Amino acid sequence: MFDLLIVAAMLWCAFQAVRGTRLLVAALWLAGASALTALLMFRLGAPEVAVIELSVGAGLVTVLFVFAINIAGEEPPGKLRSLVPAPVAVVVALCAVGLGAFMALPNLRSVSGIIQPERFAKVLWEDRSLDVLLQVVLLIGGVLTVLGLLVEGRAQARKELQ
Amino acid sequence: MWLSLPFLSAVGVLGLLGIGLLGLLVTRNLIKVVVGLQVLVKGALLALVLAGRLSGQVQTGQAITLTVIVADTIVSVVALALAVQVRRQFGTLDLRALSTLRR
Repeated sequence: MFDLLIVAAMLWCAFQAVRGTRLLVAALWLAGASALTALLMFRLGAPEVAVIELSVGAGLVTVLFVFAINIAGEEPPGKLRSLVPAPVAVVVALCAVGLGAFMALPNLRSVSGIIQPERFAKVLWEDRSLDVLLQVVLLIGGVLTVLGLLVEGRAQARKELQ
Repeated sequence: MWLSLPFLSAVGVLGLLGIGLLGLLVTRNLIKVVVGLQVLVKGALLALVLAGRLSGQVQTGQAITLTVIVADTIVSVVALALAVQVRRQFGTLDLRALSTLRR
């Protein structure tokens, strides 16, 4: 019953994040969905990733959203209409969900024969060391890209002032 | 079966994927596009953890999920920085207004 409540609240938060017109409110709903996703991950037996998702997904990303919305400002609500007509979008999304449910839900059987007793740190640092390397490359690339974007914007603003 | 944790998690995964797809389809605001993408990726993260649990390889599922979290965060940061620059340059966050190839 508790799991059902978590899933329902998570989907409600995600729907509100997508539906809302105010960006700041949408960012807060997204943080709620992220926190509930982390709770579900913990219930599924993945506590390490749940903690990371809670701190990064609900913490860092929300702070970044608020920061970006403060700088960029909000568009007036109701000004932007959707690219695809809303009924068509709903039908497409429902078809995708229905297809996924048709393919995935009947095959939800756990394989009891394979048991992985290793610790998370051992699997991450030894078995999946290439993933760690990829994460480092992604971090450096992301930081350099953001720095480049912000420096370019600052230089342009300075040029306009002159 | 219907109230088991794997089944409910699978329903959550499908719901998040559907809501994220809907958000990407209906919005024209650049920052809302990033919000829709975040919801979509949350569904993918949950699917990875669920697949790890069902296959009995929870730690491998967690390791792959960690990689996706890092990649998703970088994508969000870069997309938000781009949105801020677009707002400074064009004065709007509207996707349609950014298309200079239309006319």
